[in-house]
Amino acid sequence: MLKFTFRGVRGSIASPGPNTVKYGGNTTCIEVRAGNELIILDAGTGIFPLSQTLSPEFPLTCHIFISHTHWDHIQGLPFFIPMFVSGNRVKIYGGQDPVTDKGVQEALSRQLEYAFFPIREAELSAELEYISLSENQVVNIGDAQVTSVLMNHPAINYGYKVTCGDKSLFFTGDHEWPPNIYQPDDDDYQLFEDHIAQKRKSIIDAVSGVDVLIIDTAYTDDEYPAKKGWGHGSFSSSIAMARDAGVKHCFFTHHEPTRSDRDLEKAFHAAMDKHPGQPGDPKFYLAQETFTFEL
Amino acid sequence: MSELHQQLVQMVDKMPAFPGSVNRILQMTSSIDCAPKDLVQVIEHDPVMMAKILKLVNSAYFGLSREITSIKHGVVFVGLNTIKNLAISIATMGMLSKTGPAGLDMNSFLRHSLGTATVAKLLGKRLGVASDRATDYFVGGLLHDIGKVVFAQFMPQEMERALKRVEVENIPLPMAEMIEIGADHAQLGGMLVEKWQLPHALVTCIKEHHSQEWNDNTSEVLDCVVAANIIIKQIGFGCAGNLLEDRLPDHVAARFGMELAALRKSMGNLDEELEKANAFICI
Ligand SMILES: [Zn+2]
Ligand SMILES: [Zn+2]
Repeated sequence: MLKFTFRGVRGSIASPGPNTVKYGGNTTCIEVRAGNELIILDAGTGIFPLSQTLSPEFPLTCHIFISHTHWDHIQGLPFFIPMFVSGNRVKIYGGQDPVTDKGVQEALSRQLEYAFFPIREAELSAELEYISLSENQVVNIGDAQVTSVLMNHPAINYGYKVTCGDKSLFFTGDHEWPPNIYQPDDDDYQLFEDHIAQKRKSIIDAVSGVDVLIIDTAYTDDEYPAKKGWGHGSFSSSIAMARDAGVKHCFFTHHEPTRSDRDLEKAFHAAMDKHPGQPGDPKFYLAQETFTFEL
Repeated sequence: MSELHQQLVQMVDKMPAFPGSVNRILQMTSSIDCAPKDLVQVIEHDPVMMAKILKLVNSAYFGLSREITSIKHGVVFVGLNTIKNLAISIATMGMLSKTGPAGLDMNSFLRHSLGTATVAKLLGKRLGVASDRATDYFVGGLLHDIGKVVFAQFMPQEMERALKRVEVENIPLPMAEMIEIGADHAQLGGMLVEKWQLPHALVTCIKEHHSQEWNDNTSEVLDCVVAANIIIKQIGFGCAGNLLEDRLPDHVAARFGMELAALRKSMGNLDEELEKANAFICI
């Protein structure tokens, strides 16, 4: 059994209010149930409403996979209630940052420093464990496997593939296909294109054939040129990736915080019109907070 | 040597880069409009920056599934912003002084490294290497003497004595280093980059560029670096403290189908190519 529930679908900053009631205002968090295991993808503010539903399962063991440590993906972590209750086990997984040479533990420790939060890391009652992941590492969790895939973002960002039996999903975290830093008439343009193609192939190979793709789709195609290099995808790039990877279902997420429910649907329909369905196409959806999908 | 090596490995983490690139990187990255290709170019022309960044992107966290041999590849693989911040963090460690503590002129050393890199790449192209692999030849030339900077930085007295011996006794530098330090720069550099899990071909270029028993380790890229090293010393572009050599090793000559003088002649005038390298040296 593999199913998931969106707990936060917003990018950058939480955006509650009357204009975002339908799709939700919390930042990234996905609750995944794989057999009996609880796997949580990212710890944006959406992890707080999720954590409020978990007390019936105490004492619980859960596995939190952090795509990267930008705020919108970790901000809810100090408010993850199970960490405060003894008997619970919380395992937090994430990448190692080559710049600081620090692992995922650093993110939580820093958030819990005196100036930022009243409770110290040492005072958390649950059993906490941190695991730094390398690229393409497979973590076995009960009947499920989680594999890290290095994506492209202005930070080390892992996408995660979750497989359980014959079902699988892939969550990109934040991702933009690397733009070419050279102009077409520069000597190194083609060489760089080749590197990009190689990177694209390695990611597509990893994602290929999953049932569900949950993908960073922050921008409309019109918005993208001004945001090139910021590390996020667009409707067109997401549709292309879903098609290339041959997925069955594709959920667009990391919605822009300023995008109202109406504008989000408008953008979605415009993208669908621009890319008319082809035989074998995935089904496309907008990720929506509290929406559950069972594979 | 292994104890010495251990110490050096730890010290090298704190080793700063060359002044020209440090200044440029700090200046460029203070603007949000910093052109990525300019940043990449600066990193690619500093042996210390280059080695350290290749080390990090080839670390066990990333380098398992492929070898990253160039900064451009690194940019695509781990991301532009990560490379940029790696460069900034190296730049903020300070910079090598222009006259190294061992009396090794760092500008002259850098010129020698860049010159060897430039010529190794040209030789690679001449052997028909595809342009994506020609970069590896450049990097091999750029890093071949990295062990010398490490000695000069961390064992200045011993290195100074070794350099003196070359002058006074007219012996090759590796021999002088063996006497004074107990290891030569090729061994040391090779061990460092091996430990850093840099790509194998690169390790070989560094480790074997003075090797006299040409064993099975020879490769096209190594031969190009060996030839480039000899040519660039003859031209007198920079200097890294070693003696001139007046012939190519036999198997290198065989690879190019000619002896040193003919090879040099056939390459034509290198001034223009080498002038590009000069732009990266802080005067
Ligand atoms: Zn984000
Ligand atoms: Zn982000």
